[in-house]
Amino acid sequence: MTALRKEADVAAVSGTSAIHVDGVAQVFRRGDAETRAIERIDLSIAAGEFVSVVGPSGCGKSTLMRIISGLLSPSQGRVLINGQAVKGPYTDLGIVFQQPVLLDWRSILGNVLLQVELRSQNPSEYAERGKALLEAVGLGDFHDRYPYELSGGMQQRAAICRALIHDPPLLLMDEPFGALDALTREQMRVDLEELWLSTRKTVVFITHSIDEAVLLSDRVVVMSPRPGRIERVIDIDLPRPRGLEARRSLRFTAIVEEITGIFLSRGLLRRGRSALAGTIPRR
Amino acid sequence: MTWRMQRLLAITRGWRDGIIGFAVLFTVWEISAHVFKIPKYILPPPTAIWADLMKRYPRMIDAAFATTSEIVLGFLIAIVVSIPLAIFVSYSRPIERMIFPILIALQIIPKIAIAPLFIVWFGFGMMPKLLLVFLLSFFPILVSSITGLKSVPTDILDLARSTGSSELMVFRKIRLPHSLPAIFTGLKVAATLATTAAIVAEFVASDKGLGYMLLEFNGNLETGMVFATVIGLSLIGIILYAMVEFVERNVVSRHVSQRDAPEKQQLLGS
Repeated sequence: MTALRKEADVAAVSGTSAIHVDGVAQVFRRGDAETRAIERIDLSIAAGEFVSVVGPSGCGKSTLMRIISGLLSPSQGRVLINGQAVKGPYTDLGIVFQQPVLLDWRSILGNVLLQVELRSQNPSEYAERGKALLEAVGLGDFHDRYPYELSGGMQQRAAICRALIHDPPLLLMDEPFGALDALTREQMRVDLEELWLSTRKTVVFITHSIDEAVLLSDRVVVMSPRPGRIERVIDIDLPRPRGLEARRSLRFTAIVEEITGIFLSRGLLRRGRSALAGTIPRR
Repeated sequence: MTWRMQRLLAITRGWRDGIIGFAVLFTVWEISAHVFKIPKYILPPPTAIWADLMKRYPRMIDAAFATTSEIVLGFLIAIVVSIPLAIFVSYSRPIERMIFPILIALQIIPKIAIAPLFIVWFGFGMMPKLLLVFLLSFFPILVSSITGLKSVPTDILDLARSTGSSELMVFRKIRLPHSLPAIFTGLKVAATLATTAAIVAEFVASDKGLGYMLLEFNGNLETGMVFATVIGLSLIGIILYAMVEFVERNVVSRHVSQRDAPEKQQLLGS
């Protein structure tokens, strides 16, 4: 499989976006019932930084992402991107969801070009770039196929191309590898790192996988269960490119342990009573 | 073998089995009519029906034309009214809440039962027939169109919003093509109901049309012609349905091929 690195040849390296999440809280109301989804989040993401948000299901990770993207306006607080307050959907970005959500009546290339069509740009001007992007993710021969002819992993690659076709400075990814099998997931993770290294876009990556977050990110934001708060922000100082090898480093293990420890202390994880219990030092 | 050829083969295979089924049915019918000496006014054998039809079909052509125009016109009016209404309703929750109870009430009223009232209101002409065809075919188109238009995945709509695209563009590129399969499901249900509605309307009050002729033949105990008329009516229904399906195949070919995928696999496996 060709790596996403070729994206570098395709993309003129463009600007990146700095994000400030300023006292954001979200309450969902349904009738009289109130659900506090997230509670006062302050977070700054530097331009070109890769930041992951990990947390248990329902901790408001996706809500946070929707607020950053401007798709959801927060009950309190605000989001600034490059110093500008986000009001309404922010358009200078690419989004990848957990499901590829491709349109099944469009070819793979047609799906990638949907992004520029919706932006009222001429899709034929982007066709070459679209093909090159698909080539870079190993879908070169599939641009005229239809979504149902592709596996889940291939569809998700196409969805990533759709998020990159207009060369956005900011990439928001909401559990993009969540629906993939472990092997595909590992490959996608390695490819995403290469892509990021070559383009240095700002990436906000939502995941429930501690490993994935540590292997990809400059910083990992650990969230508590609902109402979601930032439990801790951990700098990941593993050298890059991390590829497949970083898993073997002691530093990686230590960081994963640290995050696991946070979840253990919150009762989100429980140590088993197997012989292995105790080999992990308690914190 | 190409995909199209396989498809053609699948269709003809379906036809072949269907034709065999009908041949068996007609043979059994023919033989039992003779063996059990069933009187012709109760159940004429298929050959007698065919002979009757061949003798008297010119009179039926005019009637068929009248009935067909009622069906097609009523059906078209139903499309023109219900699809825009569905679009309207799918965009506005208050309107949906307001309109839906009325629609459901309308749907629950047995419209065939109020057909005699249409005669009082609109006389014996085309109007009461159109109205009944319209009323019967309107609801399935509306409901399935609303279902289709409202079932667009939120993620893809979020994606569209993140592009700053206009709602018109989102409708044209996402909502409408997404809901086409559902709309066509409604159209096909409506197509079958439209035929029924036209016949009932002609039963109630008419001086022409196949429904009117059906009553006349029945009154004269010309059972062979009754069957012939039923066959004629069925043909109209089948042609209307086939036309809707033809349009569907051309408009939503990708959806259809996707839905056919398991069927195709079955075919390849066999």
